[in-house]
Amino acid sequence: MADALMAAMVEQAPRSKGPRGAPGSGNGDGLFHALCFSAAMVLMATLAGLLVALLIGGWPAFSRFGFSFFTSSVWNPSGTPDNPEAYGAAGPIAGTLITAFIAMLLAFPLAVGIAVFLVEFCPRRLAHWVGIAVELLAGIPSIVYGMWGLFVLAPWFAEHIQTPLLLDLDPDGFWGKLFSGVPNGANIFTASLILAIMVLPYIATVFRELLLSIPPYLREAAYGMGCTPFEVVRNIMLPYIRRSAVGAVMLGLGRALGETMAVTFIIGNSHALPHSLFDSGSTIASTIANEFTEATGDLHVSALIALGLILFLITFATLAAARLLLGREKL
Amino acid sequence: MKFEISQEEQPTVMVAPAPEERVLDVRGLDFYYGKTRALHGVDLPVARNRITALIGPSGCGKSTLLRTLNRIYDLYPAQRAEGQILFNGENLLNPRDPVDPEASGSGRPRVGGDLARLRARIGMVFQRPTPFPMSIYDNIAFGVRLQRSVGKAEMDEIVERSLTRAALWDEAKDKLHQSGLGLSGGQQQRLCVARGIAVEPEVLLLDEPASALDPLSTAKLETALLELKDSFTIVIVTHNLQQAARISDYTAFMLMGRLIEFRPSSEAFVKPETEAMRDYVTGRYG
Amino acid sequence: MANGVPMASAPRHLRRKLTNYIFVGLTSIATALALAALVMILWSLVAKGLGGINLAAITQDQPGGGADMGQGGLRNGLVGSLILCAIGMAIALVIGILSGTWLAEYGDASRLAGTVRFINDVLLSAPSILVGLFVYELLVSHLVGHFSAIAGGVALAVLATPVITRTTEDILRLQSNQLREAGMALGAGKGLVIRAIIWRASRTGLVTGGLLGFARISGETAPLLFTSLGNPFLSVNLGQPMASLPTIIFNFALSADDNWRRLAWVAALIIAVFVLSANIIGRALAARGSSHK
Ligand SMILES: Nc1ncnc2c1ncn2[C@@H]1O[C@H](COP(=O)(O)OP(=O)(O)O)[C@@H](O)[C@H]1O
Ligand SMILES: [Mg+2]
Repeated sequence: MADALMAAMVEQAPRSKGPRGAPGSGNGDGLFHALCFSAAMVLMATLAGLLVALLIGGWPAFSRFGFSFFTSSVWNPSGTPDNPEAYGAAGPIAGTLITAFIAMLLAFPLAVGIAVFLVEFCPRRLAHWVGIAVELLAGIPSIVYGMWGLFVLAPWFAEHIQTPLLLDLDPDGFWGKLFSGVPNGANIFTASLILAIMVLPYIATVFRELLLSIPPYLREAAYGMGCTPFEVVRNIMLPYIRRSAVGAVMLGLGRALGETMAVTFIIGNSHALPHSLFDSGSTIASTIANEFTEATGDLHVSALIALGLILFLITFATLAAARLLLGREKL
Repeated sequence: MKFEISQEEQPTVMVAPAPEERVLDVRGLDFYYGKTRALHGVDLPVARNRITALIGPSGCGKSTLLRTLNRIYDLYPAQRAEGQILFNGENLLNPRDPVDPEASGSGRPRVGGDLARLRARIGMVFQRPTPFPMSIYDNIAFGVRLQRSVGKAEMDEIVERSLTRAALWDEAKDKLHQSGLGLSGGQQQRLCVARGIAVEPEVLLLDEPASALDPLSTAKLETALLELKDSFTIVIVTHNLQQAARISDYTAFMLMGRLIEFRPSSEAFVKPETEAMRDYVTGRYG
Repeated sequence: MANGVPMASAPRHLRRKLTNYIFVGLTSIATALALAALVMILWSLVAKGLGGINLAAITQDQPGGGADMGQGGLRNGLVGSLILCAIGMAIALVIGILSGTWLAEYGDASRLAGTVRFINDVLLSAPSILVGLFVYELLVSHLVGHFSAIAGGVALAVLATPVITRTTEDILRLQSNQLREAGMALGAGKGLVIRAIIWRASRTGLVTGGLLGFARISGETAPLLFTSLGNPFLSVNLGQPMASLPTIIFNFALSADDNWRRLAWVAALIIAVFVLSANIIGRALAARGSSHK
């Protein structure tokens, strides 16, 4: 009896790790299998539906404006005879890419620092708690980041950074131009700063896991050469995790690109292409969040959904790259 | 169990090199992995420009002893050593101890508790080949550059000399700028030896360097070690008794965290004095 | 040969040590900065949120603009958020646990399962605002025809499901095959073994997945803006627009009305407490589960 069962199970499981029961062997097993399978298919249908919805919804805008939808920065929902309704996504696209890029620029060195500190320099027990605290940052909802950015960071930034720079710098010089902007703290840079804080825990946590996965013998060999900890980290450990680390950065980038509420609160919401680091701007997500419910014309709605499709494609590409570099486990 | 009792009664058999020959002198060393004790009052004299072999059954503490000598165990906070490890008369376990002025090499620069400096002077080759993820050339240049600025010509020379001394030059000279990971296991291990000696340490520690190698690679490695003896002091852990007999000048036999016999290899293998070592050498256990 | 004579010149050695100290300093500063950010954010929340709390904050509905300081509360938003999350979690738990079970127990290494996994990962990291757009197109502009609590709940479900699918699969894979074999040796069919034995043995993990899913959605704002929309009054009608704490924050925080801003902070504090405790409990459960393993 048991032998027969074993044999049956082995037959059922030619390439998999586990034993397989006979499908449909009573007790509604077939039904259960079908339910599980349908649930998985619902997932697939959801993604397909998402894509189709964005394609259909965005189509009128794409077909109306063609390629200029990507290149024009005219965003004019209220058409008048001499200034017709028109939509160009260049401003929000640029804002999305710039803020995400600056955010990564800020978050990357910090994440490396945190991960290295926790793995290499911090006593084990303390590292445990600090690690949890860093991960808590990831648990704070984005609207809370938005409020903090709007009510705490922006006013502070305006008073202590922007205003002094505005007063000190020659407005026509390079730095003056780079840091020009309305001194209210709501701009491309502060939005990037908030984004950096938001993605930091994700990247730092993956970096930390990667560093911990370095085989101990390699680390020992490097220390055995007489390296200082800095030399070990820089010459051996960081190069060792390079590839996966890029994957982690892409993962953070994906989050930064699609983040909505925090950015909406603090980026200043202007559709023009930003002219300086402290200029107000917009991202795809913030534009949709701000305008979608108030959009009146069908073309306006379509333009916003078209923006959504662009965002989807950008984040999808980032995620796919991250997955390729990182493997599935760390996602 | 029976062994433990008999060892407590047996004094260590020690035929040691003269104090003025010793570059390293371990005295009464205890070692702990957390609460587990792995070494019990071990003494180990290491003679300059000689090869000292550590032998004994698996788990007897050979690696543990070797890893105290360059304090690599310090990477793990739970591990701890007590006793004395004199390196040129300076106690590595307590840099505040006065240097023994009588000790050989006591005139050399002090380590002063600086582990990076210590490990540059006591190099280590591990059981697993550990080439760094960089080119063969850079594997060797890496350690040298840590110590001093070296011009291209001089570095080329150092790389060639180190590879030659590690008996790897002929096989590697055409692919110096390829990754060290592309070499065979035996070649990788010799690369690690070359890397270790490129910085001209005083002592080279090797932990079963040949355990993963085929006989031919092992032979090449042994030849290289014998050549290196003129310039370096070598401490090698091995479970291959023939190897120990072939290349070493002194042999230390360990059992259950204790040193049982320490004698010139020429005598040790011919007529072991303790019953335990006799059993081990004749293959009764281990 | 310069055997044994250390080559390191003293200044060079000093420079290396100094570089190392600077590096250690920089990494500690990086860590300190992250901790400082956490503390500052939590501090603002507590200072501004706790300061604004009164009894009315939970017993009254949201006030109109220009109401006196201290007037009005968040009752409609609280109730709405609870209902929306309940709808979202109900859907997400069913779909997520079933699909995670399919991946771990049936799909396994097949190509189809690989595809589902990939799609789940895409959904897991898709910007939440796009989920809002999707549900808007599907429910608000077509199936239902107007903004509704149902639409909001579905949007939240789309966000929570991938989290639960993922954790369910991971958790079920931890169960040993012996457990499955033992069940089958008793003559139970595979489905029964999964439901009666594997799920039960994985209880803690499944709860953890649910908590993480809840943590993911309970602070979500973007997808609600154009699905459940918001509602200034208390409503429990699933077919109509419904208030929620995040949409109230969005509307109030950006206004110039001090009383509204006060309530926005209170709402932010409430949400943060919910999300962080769900996160912490989830993690604690997960840690306990893995230490038993
Ligand atoms: N990292 C460790 N943690 C705890 N115990 C260890 C560790 N490494 C070795 N030991 C113990 O210390 C003893 C000596 O080990 P080791 O020095 O590796 O032996 P050998 O190299 O002679 O085979 C063994 O009993 C082993 O179990
Ligand atoms: Mg060993």
